[in-house]
Amino acid sequence: MVEKIIFNVIQVIVVMAFAPLIKGISARLKENVQSKRGPSIFQPYRDIWKLFHKDEIVSEHSSWIFRFTPYVVFITPIFVALLIPVLTGYPLFFAFMGDMLGGGFILALGGFFATLAAIDTGNPYGPMGASRTRMVGFLAEPVFMIVFFTVSFIAGSTIPYIVQKYWVSPLANFFQPSHILMLLAFLMLILAESGRIPVDNPTGHFELAMIDESKGLEYSGRGAALMKWGGAMKFFVLCCIFLNVLVAPWGLAQGVQYWEVLLAIPLILIKIIIFVFVLVAIESSLAKLRLFRITEFLGAAFATSVAAMITDLFLM
Amino acid sequence: MSPDLLVSFLTKLNALTGGVFLLCAFGLVGIRQMLTCLRIYVFQSLLLAISAIILGYFHASIHLFVVAALTIVTKVFIIPWVLRQAVGYESYAKREISQAINIPASLLIAVVIAIFSYYIASPLLTAGAGVFEKVNLPIGMASLLIGTYTVTVRGEAVPQLLGILAMENGAFFAGISIAPNLPLIAELAAAFYVLITVLVIGLLAMRIHKMIAKTAVGELMALREE
Repeated sequence: MVEKIIFNVIQVIVVMAFAPLIKGISARLKENVQSKRGPSIFQPYRDIWKLFHKDEIVSEHSSWIFRFTPYVVFITPIFVALLIPVLTGYPLFFAFMGDMLGGGFILALGGFFATLAAIDTGNPYGPMGASRTRMVGFLAEPVFMIVFFTVSFIAGSTIPYIVQKYWVSPLANFFQPSHILMLLAFLMLILAESGRIPVDNPTGHFELAMIDESKGLEYSGRGAALMKWGGAMKFFVLCCIFLNVLVAPWGLAQGVQYWEVLLAIPLILIKIIIFVFVLVAIESSLAKLRLFRITEFLGAAFATSVAAMITDLFLM
Repeated sequence: MSPDLLVSFLTKLNALTGGVFLLCAFGLVGIRQMLTCLRIYVFQSLLLAISAIILGYFHASIHLFVVAALTIVTKVFIIPWVLRQAVGYESYAKREISQAINIPASLLIAVVIAIFSYYIASPLLTAGAGVFEKVNLPIGMASLLIGTYTVTVRGEAVPQLLGILAMENGAFFAGISIAPNLPLIAELAAAFYVLITVLVIGLLAMRIHKMIAKTAVGELMALREE
């Protein structure tokens, strides 16, 4: 019991410690693809460190929501990290507190507060980005729902630890059409949710074209650091859900020894880095969609997820 | 590998082929670029060939291997080549395809069509139906109906032709599962039929392109004597 609590804490520490690294690697790789040298992969750590030591300026017209939001954005991925398998293949202390749907709701709470805070300050770009995020959000929501319905339909559960076992026992389950199609739909969702290229340009600094970035424009100092760190952790957690729960539980610790759990840390990092390579390939080969084309992109994701659901109806 | 495991693996692989086949049918509805549509059609034909090979191995039927070979030769190599030759490059370079109903709505309608085809296929799939029919019949029907829908809404000649070809692909995808021992002459006839269709429509599209400098046949409303 004590061990499981300790492992849970290790999971949270891993998510907190390595999330900026993944962000740095992804930024560096993207620059390399464009034949530039790019910033160091440790740049996000330096940014966060620097921001923590700067003064924070808060608009006097903003309410408590603006001050409260960075903590919510920072805390919510940590809560999700308690629920999902990051390092171990067996349930930990908090595993049955909530299922994948619960995790989705917790992440959505962070997004909700970030949207409110963007509207709160009265900066004209904030509400624009916030309403665009909501547009992407409500188009992505049905896809999320269908993917989770498909998972619970096939695997008979939405608890991530049970779902991940299903795909590899027996191995033929991995090649189930609904599994592969669902992965495709979820990959499109990750691109949309984390504001990546076909939907949004994360490196763009042009306020009129921003979707995700413009929500954090008003933050400075500690608030900005928490928002950045929270965003990186949200991406890390989404990667963990995708790779460990939906793709396959390969590389996770199966035993309760400390060395097994510690060995799982480099394995999950390698998995995420391979996934980042795929994402960078997607981002470098596609152009950003016009705002009103996003409905087509997420419509395609929806069609894929429905195809995942109905191809399974007759195999049961 | 034990026989049971092999069969289960082949079943899953065939189902996966079916799933991606259905996705290709959605792609033909939802993608704007003409060249990408053509590539998706080629990929769909390739999936048809893969499914035919899997079913041929399972039923030990030489006919299905012939179907696979014919599919690859005609649909993966000859048809794209004929279409590229017949219709000028500028038609493919165009990125926008005019469409009667916009793309998100079309995708939703295609999803409804796919569910509907599962619904109409379910009375046919009684308890005696094998595991391959359960995959191929509804998905083939869905591709057939979605192809019909593509022909209806697209305003350009080449995507309309690709819709007809997707219908034919769907019919074959359903056909190989319910009639694994099709006579060879039927397969050959079907393959040549498709080729002739492509040639005729391709030439027609080329003529239209020469006359009015585009292939948006959806805009051709009135007949005009010269």
